[in-house]
Amino acid sequence: MNIRKTKDLFMKNSIFGIAGFNIIIVFLIFLFVFTNSMKFFTEFPMGDFFMGKEWISLSEKYGLLPLFMGSFWVTLVALGISVPLSLITAIYIAEYAKPKTREGLKVLIETMAALPSVVLGYIGLYVLSNPIKEFFGLNTGLTALTGGILLAFMSIPTMVSISEDSIRALDKSYKEASLALGANKLETIIKIILPAAFPGIFAGIMLGFGRIIGETMTVLMVTGNAPILDAGVLSPVRTLTATIAAEMGEVVQGSTHYYSLFAVGLVLFAISFATNTIADHFIHKSRKIMGK
Amino acid sequence: MLKKILLGASLLLLVACGEGKTKSEVIKLQGSDTILNTSQAISEEFMKENKEARIAVTGGGSGTGIAAKLNGTVHIAMASRSIKDKELEKAKEVGIDLEEIVLGFDGITVITNHDNKIENLDRAVLGKVFAGEITNWNELGGDDAEIVVLSRDSSSGTHSYFKEAIVRNGDKKSEKEYGKKTLYMPSNQAILQEVKNNKYALGYIGMGYMEDSVKALSVDNVEPSFKNVADKSYPIAREVYWYVDADRKGDAAKLVEFALSPKGQEIVKSEGFVPAK
Repeated sequence: MNIRKTKDLFMKNSIFGIAGFNIIIVFLIFLFVFTNSMKFFTEFPMGDFFMGKEWISLSEKYGLLPLFMGSFWVTLVALGISVPLSLITAIYIAEYAKPKTREGLKVLIETMAALPSVVLGYIGLYVLSNPIKEFFGLNTGLTALTGGILLAFMSIPTMVSISEDSIRALDKSYKEASLALGANKLETIIKIILPAAFPGIFAGIMLGFGRIIGETMTVLMVTGNAPILDAGVLSPVRTLTATIAAEMGEVVQGSTHYYSLFAVGLVLFAISFATNTIADHFIHKSRKIMGK
Repeated sequence: MLKKILLGASLLLLVACGEGKTKSEVIKLQGSDTILNTSQAISEEFMKENKEARIAVTGGGSGTGIAAKLNGTVHIAMASRSIKDKELEKAKEVGIDLEEIVLGFDGITVITNHDNKIENLDRAVLGKVFAGEITNWNELGGDDAEIVVLSRDSSSGTHSYFKEAIVRNGDKKSEKEYGKKTLYMPSNQAILQEVKNNKYALGYIGMGYMEDSVKALSVDNVEPSFKNVADKSYPIAREVYWYVDADRKGDAAKLVEFALSPKGQEIVKSEGFVPAK
């Protein structure tokens, strides 16, 4: 009896320890990025950073706005493509597909998630950029659109699997009640199932958004990396992540430039922290609706 | 029983690790992608002659290499630009005495698409194009189309060199920058790819990366040929370097000696650079 108690206590404590360890690591990462960013702000005015219109790091011009706009346009395109596609795919898998098709599709989508981003970057550079240039009559195919299309492919797996889970997790009674009242299948899906599953679907979208905003390699390869402030969807852009990736190698450690990249990292951290918090909130809400 | 096996296995592992340490140290090179292939070729030849030597070469850009050297994680930093004052200060701070080895010379080749009519640009004009002051090919005698200006990203030594030498025309006080619409490409290969596909693109690459799929422009009416870089008549040429400890010893010292030997310099030449000696 005594041995069993000790064992239990041991397991409880070690699991607590391991879980706590994770939290400590996340906290330490945050602390590391935060303290280094603060060193940047002691050397460079915060207003010039957040409101600056130019990013020319080798000449000590660290303006966040062009990078922020770059990330914004790429994300907008990626969400515009991936949200409708994922939603339709999730509905099909959850409601229409036969069990065998469903399994096949799920494997396929999981494979999509496993595609290395550098490979997608190659596809963008060698296959996608030229048709985009020709089709829109642009002078270069390296645009926010090209990056956005590839990022859409990366975020679809996350969005589909979470949306599909949340649709399938709905209580059968919702659907049965609707069908019993005489609604057809499409009406049931649009008016009953989607609204009921909305918190889960939204959480999936937010997590997909997190993937898009944080992706680095592909955007570095296909967006042209031009820090243009008044950019649009069809113009080359430079994202927050690509800036860190492209410049981290070059900097003299401990220089203003070095710390400036941490400040960009902190902005990214803040964005993904906010996204995750919102997603988490909706996941909880969705569980409450399910009564679980 | 299981315990015994585990014990045996861990003992074996320990012995294996111990043995690993007695072998010669791995010489690490990191830095400029421009001379990555050259350094790799030199290292391979060196390893053929010295069976015991082990060398690892990685790219990442000149700055990456110098930063790694200053952090003490590599033996040799490869660079396609000379070391910056800030980096030298840092070296002093951490007590590293660096020696600059000139491995060879590299002509920077300005390239366009084969369908583009332009054959020659003057240095000053080139500077204006890259600074975004000239934006249309018709100002240069070409079609009426916007020039798509391609540069390497700022982690490349070629980026810094080109800015100093062409955009700022060698004027140290100048504050000119690359034009606002410049695209920053992550590699020589990416620049080649875009120029190959895009009739109105203009970019620059290291001489060793030149391919027939794109067209090399003359600068000030001088072709970027091997001969013209060697006799210094081609205007955009720069040294490529290895940065090493002044008091190097062992394989690292031997490798540097080998690179500067006639045999090593022959490899530099065969990789498309002009030998230093």
